Amino acid sequence: MAAPKKAAASSPQDKTDGGSPPEFTREQELKALRDMLLIRRFEEKAGQLYGMGAIGGFCHLYIGQEAVVVGMQMALKQGDQVITGYRDHGHMLATGMEANGVMAELTGRRGGYSKGKGGSMHMFSKEKHFYGGHGIVGAQVSLGTGLAFANNYRSNGNVSVTYFGDGAANQGQVYESFNMAELWKLPVIFVIENNRYAMGTSVSRASAQQDFSKRGASFNIPGMQVDGMDVRAVKAAADEAAAWCRSGKGPMILEMQTYRYRGHSMSDPAKYRTREEVEKVRHDQDPIEQVRNRLLAAKVSEADLKAIDAGVRDIVNASADFAQHDPEPDAAELWTDVYR
Amino acid sequence: MPIQVLMPALSPTMEKGNLAKWLKKEGETIKSGDVIAEIETDKATMEVEATDEGTLGKILIPEGTADVAVNTPIATILADGESAADLAKAPAPAKQEKAAESAPPAAAKAEAPAPKAAPAPQAVAEPDPEVPAGTEMVTQTIREALRDAMAEEMRRDADVFVMGEEVAEYQGAYKVTQGLLQEFGARRVIDTPITEHGFAGVGVGAAMTGLKPIVEFMTFNFAMQAIDQIINSAAKTLYMSGGQMGCSIVFRGPNGAAARVAAQHSQDYASWYSNIPGLKVVAPFSAADYKGLLKAAIRDPNPVIFLENEMLYGHTGEVPKLDDFVIPIGKARIVRSGSHVTIISWSNGMSYALKAADELAKEGIEAEVIDLRTLRPMDTETIINSVKKTGRAVTVEEGWAQSGVGAEIAARIMENAFDYLDAPVARVTGKDVPMPYAANLEKLALPSAAEVVEAAKAVCYR
Repeated sequence: MAAPKKAAASSPQDKTDGGSPPEFTREQELKALRDMLLIRRFEEKAGQLYGMGAIGGFCHLYIGQEAVVVGMQMALKQGDQVITGYRDHGHMLATGMEANGVMAELTGRRGGYSKGKGGSMHMFSKEKHFYGGHGIVGAQVSLGTGLAFANNYRSNGNVSVTYFGDGAANQGQVYESFNMAELWKLPVIFVIENNRYAMGTSVSRASAQQDFSKRGASFNIPGMQVDGMDVRAVKAAADEAAAWCRSGKGPMILEMQTYRYRGHSMSDPAKYRTREEVEKVRHDQDPIEQVRNRLLAAKVSEADLKAIDAGVRDIVNASADFAQHDPEPDAAELWTDVYR
Repeated sequence: MPIQVLMPALSPTMEKGNLAKWLKKEGETIKSGDVIAEIETDKATMEVEATDEGTLGKILIPEGTADVAVNTPIATILADGESAADLAKAPAPAKQEKAAESAPPAAAKAEAPAPKAAPAPQAVAEPDPEVPAGTEMVTQTIREALRDAMAEEMRRDADVFVMGEEVAEYQGAYKVTQGLLQEFGARRVIDTPITEHGFAGVGVGAAMTGLKPIVEFMTFNFAMQAIDQIINSAAKTLYMSGGQMGCSIVFRGPNGAAARVAAQHSQDYASWYSNIPGLKVVAPFSAADYKGLLKAAIRDPNPVIFLENEMLYGHTGEVPKLDDFVIPIGKARIVRSGSHVTIISWSNGMSYALKAADELAKEGIEAEVIDLRTLRPMDTETIINSVKKTGRAVTVEEGWAQSGVGAEIAARIMENAFDYLDAPVARVTGKDVPMPYAANLEKLALPSAAEVVEAAKAVCYR
């Protein structure tokens, strides 16, 4: 068993030691930029539609955390599964799910991924191996371990990428799952998205062990702290974890040190952190700006980058249009899909 | 005076066992703690230790004797200074029935299911419509019927596997999974850590990919730790995904009161699970139904709660010898026809119902007894058709009355057959208290055949 590894950086504000992660090729940089921009523009639009009353209920935006899912996805291969909690729009877009279907689900329309019956927190795509979208904090960790169990049972060489937050990391079933995952050497990457707040409770007020990469230590699960604002660092860690899992060595924990710019949900009081704190992360560490700046330094033109943004905006605007004009589900849908 | 060594009970539900082997001979010196014999049941083997010192005077039950009732004297121990001549002074071996009666577990079971010698399931008057006439039958315990159902389905479908606490090497906490590890190996028969919430979630996750897990809970009392995964993940995912992703999974294990295990180990969860759309809930009584319905549950593409009853595991019944005996979920069965009153029950409640029907017949009241078998979806039609005929109904369940399954049945009868009713529907239920430990209180807390008789007479105005 490898010893738990130490990260390149210890917190998003404090990128000091460890040096830079491996460089991306230009194609990788452009893809990362485009995929992160899609998530950001989508979430901005979702926030706008929520404000207009087109989206109801709970809506948890992923803005600020885009590098995590985009970097992870770059390390995956066909058939690898993804499962997460309720802050799930970014994960879905990263797996390649259509913006139209996701946005129409947010507005509760028949063209949504769940025909309008799941909403923001409950969406799935068998085709893209996205297993939800779960509204009960921590439940997806046991389920994701079950996806890995199935991979093991079938010996298919696939990996389950199981995302959860710093808040969920304190749930009991997480540790029940860690135990089984290591005991049975299941191919699961536990990605702890540490965005520093569980709703409004900071990590320091909720967690006795704030180094989440060590949360698997008593089960001998190796862990890494990763600069979750640098998509290259995420991809490098994901590559290592995926190789570890695929070689039959069992699970690995990746603590992604990240930050959410928006509130926990749309009704966040924003009293638990300062505006300056948010502004500082945005200014110093924004995952999208990091890639943009590197591309500009590498002589990619501003116009080319603008074209990427414009393409993304077209997709998002089209999805918003679709989501507001698509009809609501037929009343008969109330009674379908209870049993099969 | 010589001391009697009595046949011990391995568990509160054990009534008899086999005396497998004597490890000491008559005349041998015995110290406290010495293993003097081995006894076995279909579930387990146990060593009998001496608690007294002296000489093994006489072996009263020779080794190899089967079905020795609990508390039967099996040997006498002579104290220092006593000789074989003193054996005559030993109290005469009590009659087995008496010994069994005085044993605490037996006392708790006074109202429990019919004794194994007269298997309850065969007491039915009506033939099972699922079984073709002339089918050869085999006599099996319910435990064996369940095991065979799982083994057959595992042979048929490589995606079916069993997981739970002690299902593999221990051979099942109640020996239901006996032999499965040997046939199917550790890949498909999986011992889990004691971690109900976690392994229920692992099972559901595996099922979401298309595997078909059978998740055994050692008892449904422990499934409370896992009920979030059962309801929020297993039952709701198909709907929340717009039909894209559901799970074919069986959660099974003993439910309801066992004997003398008190409040935290004696709860009936039938009404809890039957409340949930997205789940199917099955609670059979006869050995044949246990087998046929478990096979159906494993094949069902939806999550199925399969409620067993520990008190019934050792009961035998006739199981059709068919290559593929599957009973459809959602169909009740009229096990005794009658015209005066309808008695509706399921699982172990049927033992009270059938006994009561016998008693009522002696008094000229012919009860129609319906074994619901499935609680969700509920076979309302069979209930309503019967009540239209009899005009009277009694429900019998071990669970509590408030929001119970009986309350639901009563509401459906009122909604669908109000004009046919000649009396309000009566409910016989577990009493509205946590299950007590003391044998007499436990008996009072559970329904009884006498209460069913009383309720049936009341609705017949007799």
